[in-house]
Amino acid sequence: MGQLLVVEGVCKRYGAEEVLCGVSFSLEKGETKVIIGPSGTGKSTLLRCINRLTEPDRGRVWLEGMEVTAPHANINKIRSQIGFVFQDFNLFTHLTALDNVRLGLLKVKKMGRKEATERAQAELARVGLAGKADAYPAQLSGGQQQRVSIARALAMDPKLILFDEPTSALDPELIGEVLGVMVKLAHEGMTMLVVTHEMGFARSVADEIVFMERGVIVEQGPPEKLFRAPAHPRTAEFLRKISELYGEAA
Amino acid sequence: MTVESWIQVWYALPVLLRGLLVNLELLLGLLALGLVVGMAVALVEVYAPRPVAAAAVAYEWFFRGVPELVLLFLFYFGPDQFGVQISAFTAAVLALGFRSSAYQSQIFRGAIQAIPAGQMLAARSLGMGRLRAIWHVVLPQALRLSLAGWSNEFSSVLKDTTLAYGIGVVEVMRQARYLTARNFRLALPAFIAVAFLFLILTYLGNWTIGLVERRLRIPGLEVRR
Amino acid sequence: MGLDWAWLPQLAHGLKITMELTAACMAMGAALGIVLALLRVYARGPFLPLFWLASAYVQFFRGTPLLVQLMIIHFGLPSVGIRFTPFLSGLIAMGLNTAAYQAEYFRGAIQAVKAGQMLAARSLGMTRVAAIRHVVLPQALRLALPPWSNELIYMLKYSTIVYMIGVMDLMGVARTIAARNFRFLELFSLAAVIYLGIVLLLTFALRWVERRIRVPGLGSAGRG
Ligand SMILES: Nc1ncnc2c1ncn2[C@@H]1O[C@H](COP(=O)(O)OP(=O)(O)OP(=O)(O)O)[C@@H](O)[C@H]1O
Ligand SMILES: [Mg+2]
Repeated sequence: MGQLLVVEGVCKRYGAEEVLCGVSFSLEKGETKVIIGPSGTGKSTLLRCINRLTEPDRGRVWLEGMEVTAPHANINKIRSQIGFVFQDFNLFTHLTALDNVRLGLLKVKKMGRKEATERAQAELARVGLAGKADAYPAQLSGGQQQRVSIARALAMDPKLILFDEPTSALDPELIGEVLGVMVKLAHEGMTMLVVTHEMGFARSVADEIVFMERGVIVEQGPPEKLFRAPAHPRTAEFLRKISELYGEAA
Repeated sequence: MTVESWIQVWYALPVLLRGLLVNLELLLGLLALGLVVGMAVALVEVYAPRPVAAAAVAYEWFFRGVPELVLLFLFYFGPDQFGVQISAFTAAVLALGFRSSAYQSQIFRGAIQAIPAGQMLAARSLGMGRLRAIWHVVLPQALRLSLAGWSNEFSSVLKDTTLAYGIGVVEVMRQARYLTARNFRLALPAFIAVAFLFLILTYLGNWTIGLVERRLRIPGLEVRR
Repeated sequence: MGLDWAWLPQLAHGLKITMELTAACMAMGAALGIVLALLRVYARGPFLPLFWLASAYVQFFRGTPLLVQLMIIHFGLPSVGIRFTPFLSGLIAMGLNTAAYQAEYFRGAIQAVKAGQMLAARSLGMTRVAAIRHVVLPQALRLALPPWSNELIYMLKYSTIVYMIGVMDLMGVARTIAARNFRFLELFSLAAVIYLGIVLLLTFALRWVERRIRVPGLGSAGRG
């Protein structure tokens, strides 16, 4: 098989509302998959179910053949291998950029101080923020904060990074710098699962696009196919709306 | 501690309640004094010219910085030294009342300053004088906003009435001490009984203030907790 | 009217007791208060009884007068064979009392830390305990410092009640000298001035600490 991530029949309900119903897909090593879909469709919930920040009601998830959803799985160890980039960054407010990147290395990976510092500096340099090591999150722009949060995820040597709308909290002029980092990662062979409405990014970087609506996957396929000839009328309609909203020819 | 000592305290409950009544009288007196003076101090701080406002701030600072027991002793023994006799009860009402006024003024000042300036402007534009505008427009809103902070002050001064014990007011702690002076085995049940009386009073007080708050609630004028 | 300089060494000694009592009870209250706050915020599921216990503790100690608590400890407990020195009784009563108030400040501060912080920490693979220790608490303690400072000043003033069980703190010394020389006004005015001075000093010291540990974007300091 060679699948890095397998998601099978994941379901989640909040009260009476079925947010995810039987979502299945898989991700190969080095693949970039983009999830699109209307608001409230369960995209964030899906990402959180993968590393069990939200506990799925049913369904199973495997990372490199190891079951994430197994009752006795070491979830903290697994999470340390899955990077997560949040829409609103969630940088640790009380720590500098460097310490944000270093915290996981010190407290989860139990790395030595010197080694962790070097590694953190290298990751900050990788996202173009070597000069901002001593800045607190509140002293950074949104774009810079999101790049630090990517560096924080990268430092853990993740097998896979989950991105939950990484650019939607950003001012338009700051989106490019974050997407730039993500494009670079994709080319370097990082495995990524990205929820985004940036169609330009999806088209140029994604190996596959997944269209979700109301908790189910409506359609998935390579971007050329999905953009040119969507199989499902709902997909076509959504792509049309998105292109109107974001001013891009779909 | 025996069952018998609990029974004895149970029979002494009327005595304790008589003492508690004195605490409640104290509470009423000090809250009334604190309310009137506190409101005046707050108004002076917000609306009076600089030097007068500064004096009010100094007043507030003094009564918030000096321990209540020291105030109690100052008010009880101070006049005495000038040949003026003052009862322990009166001294307690004055000392605790002025102290509370300093805390209440802070609550009222915050509330007055939270009323948008437009309210005053609108009242003045109708031709109201400054005092009239304060009385009819600013204060009714500010008092509602003060209720949350005021309920904290209430619970705090309710408990602080026991400090009057220090200058010999025969309130509930003193009654409990009389009981235990005769039989030290009564100390534990007696003071625990007093503790529970205060728990009940605290609940009753908070419940009542909650009720008042709901009664006076006006849509759009909510306390931001 | 007049002050006798010979009183000063005695007053200074009383002041020392007052400071020791206040410092010790605040430390005790902080340790216990943080534990109570953590239980109130996080003890759920099988730990729910601990949440109840912590809540009941806070309710009791906030709902009853400190003086009653002091009397229970110093005069009540001996009847079941538990005895402390006056200083220890005072310290225990004040420490248990302030713990309940501090627990509420810490709880508010913990709950003011944004939920995303915990989420981000867990996404890195931190255990819940590690996330609380390294991410939530460092932020919460900074947020709690202003109310904690107020509490310290409150406890400094409330420490005066220990004279009632015979501790020779500043209040106790002032009262003894006053009674012996019948100089109440002078001694209590002097005591008032000393307490005011300490309050002023503490206020400045705590503001300085607050500035020292301030982090941009965290708490009332605002952004930037
Ligand atoms: N903790 C929760 N409790 C209750 N309902 C929730 C919770 N989290 C999400 N939901 C609901 O689940 C549904 C899906 O939410 P989710 O955030 O996964 O959607 P989304 O596709 O990411 O939307 P968006 O594009 O707005 O981010 C929404 O209707 C939301 O209200
Ligand atoms: Mg979402």
